[in-house]
Amino acid sequence: MVIKHKNIFITESAWSNTDKLLLCLDTGSWRTERPVLDKEKCNYCGLCALYCPPQCMKDMGEYYEANLVYCKGCGICATECPRKAITMVSEGGFTDG
Amino acid sequence: MVSAQKGQVRVLTGNAVGAYGAMVCRPEVIAAYPITPQSEIAEQLAQFKADGTIDAEYVEVEGENSAMNVVLGASAAGARVFTATSSYGLVFMYDALQEASGFRAPVVMVNANRETPGIHAVSSGQQDMISARDTGWVQIIVENDQEILDQIIMAYRLAEDNDILLPVMVNYDGFYLSYLAEAVEIPKIEDVDAFLSPLKKQPARQRLVPGLPIGCGTHGIEMGYVEARYKHCQAMERVKNKVDEIDKAFGDYFGRYYGGQIEEYRTGDADIVIIASGSATGTAKTVVDTKREQGLKVGLIKLRLFRPFPAERLVKILKGKKAVGVIDRSVSFGWKYGPICMELKALTADFGPMPVLSYIDGLANLDITIPHIGRVIDEVDAAARGKPYQEVTWIPME
Amino acid sequence: MLAARMLASAFVAEGKYVASFPMYGFERRGAPVVAFTRIDDKPIREKTQIYNPDCLIVIDPGLLTLPTLFTGLRPESVFILNSPKKLPKQPNENLKIGGVVNATGIAVQEIGRDIPNTCLLGAFAAASGWLKLESLLSCLKDYLSGDILQRNLKSAERGYREVEVTKW
Repeated sequence: MVIKHKNIFITESAWSNTDKLLLCLDTGSWRTERPVLDKEKCNYCGLCALYCPPQCMKDMGEYYEANLVYCKGCGICATECPRKAITMVSEGGFTDG
Repeated sequence: MVSAQKGQVRVLTGNAVGAYGAMVCRPEVIAAYPITPQSEIAEQLAQFKADGTIDAEYVEVEGENSAMNVVLGASAAGARVFTATSSYGLVFMYDALQEASGFRAPVVMVNANRETPGIHAVSSGQQDMISARDTGWVQIIVENDQEILDQIIMAYRLAEDNDILLPVMVNYDGFYLSYLAEAVEIPKIEDVDAFLSPLKKQPARQRLVPGLPIGCGTHGIEMGYVEARYKHCQAMERVKNKVDEIDKAFGDYFGRYYGGQIEEYRTGDADIVIIASGSATGTAKTVVDTKREQGLKVGLIKLRLFRPFPAERLVKILKGKKAVGVIDRSVSFGWKYGPICMELKALTADFGPMPVLSYIDGLANLDITIPHIGRVIDEVDAAARGKPYQEVTWIPME
Repeated sequence: MLAARMLASAFVAEGKYVASFPMYGFERRGAPVVAFTRIDDKPIREKTQIYNPDCLIVIDPGLLTLPTLFTGLRPESVFILNSPKKLPKQPNENLKIGGVVNATGIAVQEIGRDIPNTCLLGAFAAASGWLKLESLLSCLKDYLSGDILQRNLKSAERGYREVEVTKW
């Protein structure tokens, strides 16, 4: 059998490096809305980071910010924020998506 | 002369059809856990229970192992039961699957074929069915949505038959059939009652009764175990002819015949044959027709019954043919051939020496396309004419 | 992928055979999806994905930048696009008919949410001429009810009437 497939994994079993983009999954591009933080309301409690399913909240020292490369726009952070500091805004309004 | 009335025609996905198939058979206990690509079945069944369409005990379980144990217990107590799963779910109920068949409980389950654990693939493939092939279950594979529904009805007729008393798994391709929307005719429930009524005329099967001091499968020491296994294997052998009989009875009553253990598509005068199962057989029929128009005498064996393996009918068709190609939608760890090909090779002494070509394709949502099947037929044809051939081909790797 | 199923129902109502299925990995809203639909006067046996479509319906206008969007299109195909902007030129030589409608805009007005699918189905019926509007509208009640059904009926009808059709 002449194999034309070029290996995706460099190891024998299917290990992939997760601090680079997960294999083929550019999950940020799936978003239809993104979380926008009102920094005035944020008290740095960290609940948004705890609840985030893809764990993509970045610790900015005084507040948390979603890593837009992975954020899928599920809105759980906005729902869980006790201060209602996060609003989900439609992607259509942004040009950097 | 079809006896059944015309049923309602609806556009449904394979999953929804599975729930309708269960519904028209009047199950008494259902326990199913959702899993991609089967979740819609669990949801539809719950909806049927909620709106009163199904009058069954719907047990909410926390996982598939419990689901199989619940329906197995209910079946042992005499109930008609139903469940559905896929992949990780099938594997999670591994011990319960074997309890069910060891009990000779007539559980009916649909399995939406999906790749198994190891590499997290939420995608179509038959590896889950293959991984459960020695659990003692009857395993049947279907090609389209109508067949899912019809096969569920036939599954109860088979499983609960006094001669058989074995659990039956109806397999259909996840993603390619589970989410495929087609127009399906749903038989009237009275007609399904009529079709299953011969079961009522048979002696009632042994069942658990509160207060009655009996048990099942508890005295499996030495010859007790051997006898139970022997009877189980004998029952498996009886399944083969029974599947053909039930298919004929179904066709006579509802007007749809599927061929029983195997559908023979243009194999009669064929020089070469290809073997496939599941949704790919639909595509394969189209390719066979095209090749026939080009003058190639090729036929297709659509494998419906996988367990027990339809050895006798396969041998009968293949005797005298010049070469055969088998398309597997799974792998067999420890053999270089695909699993169905490997099992076919066990019969080579019976159907005669000829090139047997193994093809592995359609794993992990990858498509078994028209060009792929065309290529398989061309290579089997070349092998039949004495050209050198490759014993095993992993089509996606090339 | 309710839209593909609604389309299937509409064609079945006209006496055709249909087979329609989506391709995606995980069950949740927001993940990119493709749906394949086959329509024929005789039973459909092929279960493969579609590589040579006669019609392409694009719900996300951002996909226009995808270089492989029109790969495999059969000659004289139909193209339906959800976009607020017109098509500047023939996007691909294999396209014969193009239908553009601001389905997102209409959906937001009629349904209150960005669910352009039923509007696009209306546009498809008008631009291709392969499906009667009545067949499409009559099938929506199999999938929706009450207020949301009425809103989608309006959205579909507006798609049918407001689609801008170009012939090349």
